[in-house]
Amino acid sequence: MGAAMTPYLVHLNAMTGGLFLLAAFAIVATRQMSACLRWFVAQSLLLTASAAVIGIGLGSGHLAAVAVITFLTKVVVTPWLLRRTVRRELYSRREISQVFNIPTSLLIAAALTLLAYGVLYPVTALGVGAFAAINLPVGLAGLFLGAYTVAVRREALAQLIGLLGMENGAFLAAVSIAHDLPLIAELAAAFDVLVTALVIGLLTRRIYDRVGGTSVGLLDALRER
Amino acid sequence: MEERILYNLLQVVVVVGLSPLVGGVLDRLKEIVQSKRGPSVFQPYRDIWKLLHKDEIVSEESTWLFRATPYVAFVAPIFVTLLIPVLTRYPLFFAFMGDMLGGGFVLALGGFFVALAAVDGANPYGTMGASRTRMVGFLAEPVFIIVFFTVSFVAGSTIPYIVQSVWINPLSNFFAPSHVLTMLAFLMLILAEDARIPVDNPSGHFELAMIDKSKALEYSGRGAALMKWAGSMKLFVLAIIFLNVLVTPWGLAESTAPGEVLLAIPLVLFKVLLFLLVLVVVESSLAKLRLFRITEFLGAAFITSVVALATSASGI
Repeated sequence: MGAAMTPYLVHLNAMTGGLFLLAAFAIVATRQMSACLRWFVAQSLLLTASAAVIGIGLGSGHLAAVAVITFLTKVVVTPWLLRRTVRRELYSRREISQVFNIPTSLLIAAALTLLAYGVLYPVTALGVGAFAAINLPVGLAGLFLGAYTVAVRREALAQLIGLLGMENGAFLAAVSIAHDLPLIAELAAAFDVLVTALVIGLLTRRIYDRVGGTSVGLLDALRER
Repeated sequence: MEERILYNLLQVVVVVGLSPLVGGVLDRLKEIVQSKRGPSVFQPYRDIWKLLHKDEIVSEESTWLFRATPYVAFVAPIFVTLLIPVLTRYPLFFAFMGDMLGGGFVLALGGFFVALAAVDGANPYGTMGASRTRMVGFLAEPVFIIVFFTVSFVAGSTIPYIVQSVWINPLSNFFAPSHVLTMLAFLMLILAEDARIPVDNPSGHFELAMIDKSKALEYSGRGAALMKWAGSMKLFVLAIIFLNVLVTPWGLAESTAPGEVLLAIPLVLFKVLLFLLVLVVVESSLAKLRLFRITEFLGAAFITSVVALATSASGI
């Protein structure tokens, strides 16, 4: 790839990184379940775009394969699985309870993002390349925000999406530093995500059928109080 | 030098003269989306003309504030127009009198007087609208400040004429995340600042739900005309700042040749038309938020601007 294209690719990758971070924030703050799932799909699409852009920028066919795998597993199959396994009633629910109200949540999430940037500053200051300088902090921030989503959301499905968001963040950081991971490892990781989504989706469905709700906050005792 | 003063005054003439047209086109576009006929795009001019020829009634209980406010609100966008690039890419005579923050202060001064006058008239709806506007205002303030930080961080300057050329010089800067996210945050800020859906319904006539319009309910005659004109000028000025400073300086005059500066007027209007189309899509596809959800909307705008700042701080 010609040197003239490189600044465009760097900025394009940076833009996907910025939008990826916004999608992570949206997953933290969206009230509606189906909108939350759509944001996850958008985030996965941005991850695909980032992998493709870095693949073009470094001329690595390997990353192109990673982009295809990510697209198939996270943009196509995982949402389809979640829509199939989890009951429709969960998606039509408008309000999902959170431990904090949404502005507070957003502020904590912003602090976590700045923490991710601060933690990785010594690393990026060493000169890790233009792609990794964006993807490493954004990926770590995505990881933090996913973990935060798991911690504050009280609905099982939203927690699952937080978990998948964590995975997305780790992947975004990984594509920028490990260009030559064996393809079998990528395939295994992708398959892992599918199995996680399927298992948690089926489990959520069973819990919903037995208990009539999946609010994890109410499931802390074995017997009804 | 003379032509730079002249062009600066031409900018004011363009903003004052064409802003009602922009309001009219926006209303007409919305009516078309709603499958209505709607009034002509020149209706705001007729409204202003009609109001200017009507008697003005001022409450005996009100003070000088109420009388002075239409003039302050009318003059504030004109002062901002002197500072920002409306038609040209090179700085004009008054360009270095104030930076973006100065322009923001002048616009805020107009808003401050309008809020005071709404309370001064002792109309309960006016007071309610004023306090709600302040609520939206103080939530929008941090977004404005962070956008301002990002812009000054990236461009190394806060003079609008210098900022605008940074985004396309080199062209790959246009795709920088700080640019794209700043645009997004500022668009949300315009929606809040100009009381557009989803923050407020500009075409609503239900006083209890109003935020922005209820402040001008007490005005009649000339005062009402000036307030209406000032409102459309404010939208036009915000759109110009957004399009010419934060998006791109494309379509603006490069040289001091009079023909090129005059050619910039239709080009800028075309850009404004594109902006209005975006505004119509936003306003037609979203619903007005509940009052206490506005914090979440502006919280999202704040996060967007913080992400813009964070990504620009990492050197890209």
